[in-house]
Amino acid sequence: MDVQTLTFIFVGVTFALYIGIAIWARAGNTDDFYVAGGGVPPLANGMATAADWMSAASFISMAGIISFVGRDGAVYLMGWTGGYVLLALLLAPYLRKFGKYTVPDFIGDRYYSDIARLVAVVCVLFVSFTYVAGQMRGVGIVFSRFLEVEITTGVLIGMTIVFFYAVLGGMKGITYTQVAQYCVLIFAFLVPAIFISIMMTGNPVPQLGFGSTLADGSNIYLLDKLDQLSTELGFAAYTAGNKSTIDVFFITAALMVGTAGLPHVIVRFFTVPKVRDARISAGYALVFIAILYTTAPALASFARVNLINTVSNTNYKATPSWFKNWENTNLIAWVDKNQDGKIQYFSGKAFGGKPQFINTRGSEGQRQIANTPTANKNELYIDRDIMVLANPEIANLPNWVIALVAAGGLAAALSTAAGLLLVISTSISHDLLKKIFLKNITDRQELFFARVAAALAIVIAGYFGIHPPGFVAQVVAFAFGLAASSFFPVILMGIFSKRMNREGAISGMITGLAFTAGYIVYFKFIDPSANTTENWWFGVSPEGIGTLGMVFNFIVAILVSRVTAPPPDEIKDMVDDIRIPQGAGASYHHKAS
Amino acid sequence: MSNSHGPQAKAYWKENIRLVLSLLTIWFVASFGMGILFADALDEFRFFGFKFGFWMAQQGSIFCFVILIFIYVYKMNKLDHKYGVDEDQDHFAPDNSYYDKKESEE
Repeated sequence: MDVQTLTFIFVGVTFALYIGIAIWARAGNTDDFYVAGGGVPPLANGMATAADWMSAASFISMAGIISFVGRDGAVYLMGWTGGYVLLALLLAPYLRKFGKYTVPDFIGDRYYSDIARLVAVVCVLFVSFTYVAGQMRGVGIVFSRFLEVEITTGVLIGMTIVFFYAVLGGMKGITYTQVAQYCVLIFAFLVPAIFISIMMTGNPVPQLGFGSTLADGSNIYLLDKLDQLSTELGFAAYTAGNKSTIDVFFITAALMVGTAGLPHVIVRFFTVPKVRDARISAGYALVFIAILYTTAPALASFARVNLINTVSNTNYKATPSWFKNWENTNLIAWVDKNQDGKIQYFSGKAFGGKPQFINTRGSEGQRQIANTPTANKNELYIDRDIMVLANPEIANLPNWVIALVAAGGLAAALSTAAGLLLVISTSISHDLLKKIFLKNITDRQELFFARVAAALAIVIAGYFGIHPPGFVAQVVAFAFGLAASSFFPVILMGIFSKRMNREGAISGMITGLAFTAGYIVYFKFIDPSANTTENWWFGVSPEGIGTLGMVFNFIVAILVSRVTAPPPDEIKDMVDDIRIPQGAGASYHHKAS
Repeated sequence: MSNSHGPQAKAYWKENIRLVLSLLTIWFVASFGMGILFADALDEFRFFGFKFGFWMAQQGSIFCFVILIFIYVYKMNKLDHKYGVDEDQDHFAPDNSYYDKKESEE
């Protein structure tokens, strides 16, 4: 069977599975809709959290980025896993004991203030919409590459599927589809990785193959070979860092703390029955995430060695078929600067910007482009996403593996999109309407509003997926920076400091937000040309500035709380109560009704 | 333990803080220390086919994170039990029959 038919079958079967789960897991009340009735077993929650967390970016782009930046790629690897330690040790158990539905719930109640609640809602909406637009786009791209449909059609299909299980099933539907999606995506990621590991090093475990010798009989360690190849071609050594240490430090910290502060991740820990379950499910979640996150850097290095060996100084006509296939999908471009018919691959850009293909072929049969070539020796343009997407072809795997990768990419994008959409709808129906503007609505009405909000959010997200604003890539720094500089400090102090009061929390949140947003907006939008190391404060890039914003949040909050009235006694009692696991099942039930 | 204010609760909280701080110290050393600040120095040492600093940055730190969470879970369950605040202690309390209630409501 050809790839296209197989892909249709795989994607069709997985989608039918997701819809089936949605119908089975319909939500009957807000408790079901917001937190799956609080009855999700920890192991299932761990899987759902992993799928919720690992997006199209983790599945498709991360290994590719690491492949091109080498050791510095560790900022993502450590940043997006280390946050779970903070979550498990500092936040998850206590938020579960608190036993409500959302992050703004906690902030509003703990700081006895609707202003604090409102600030939190605004942050939640901003962070989640930023993220979800990228996921919908990811769905469209996977569809267009593997099934040759328009991106718009792909996004519409994705919207319909998410609509089904998010609007119908709420958190309950989302949780169990995420469990299924985790299984699909991890299988799809591991199969090609294992085969390519065997091909390169003879070891079926990618994490071990990563540190083994090459299978070509040369008896050289893979990474040493990679360092040697990289330096020969004018790149920095793969295993050496290029970014300044301080910047790597700050970016990693911002990603870690941001991860721990992301509302769609935090809310997953509200769905388990007990405090103890919240702790262990953070552990399970990290295991499931680590399976992909320790495989990705191995895959990155295999793909890199393989790429260099395959293309460097090879005649265009002699390149394998995957090279031409991906050239046809615009992800590879070659300009024969010295007219020798061979591909010269060196450090530096072959031409400015993305390739603008024209409808003619060159002397070797290559697709020609309209871009002006640069003066350097490099002739090759490669999109980073290719490292994961083209792997099955590079490793000569059967067609069903290619179809599997397509289904896996869709699972990764859809699971994250659904989690984000739920957070958006909850913060509108629960935090904004029920808690602030329409306090008298019944549970049924609230559930109705939650469904309407989810449907609206899907439409808006779909719109951004079809018409992506040019700044989507730039605003990713925002999501983590804002989560790190706003939520994390106030939640942490809400649990660990009884003295922290309303005034301190609000001023801290606003300081952290204003500083971080201001810094990012300045360097990304107002004066992008100034976005260089010399102009950065302390050499910290906009990606890492959330860490500094967090520090300012802590300092301001502590100073302000010391000169204003302490929180009322019932708040102190509440803090005492959330510090003790006992009675978590109970706290759920009476607050839910 | 019937109330969450007594000296027992204070002692429980103190032990909890001590545990969390010690685990977070390891967390910091494994990631920011060995994977970033001292990665170049550790690259002088080999670990199988890896330079050690590189391995910590791209593999080792993640394994450490996983282990840390499981140690935390194990220690906290023991601590809860020691102070009698674990959720099994109120197994027969009326308000912990959450699942039963759930069933009967549906």
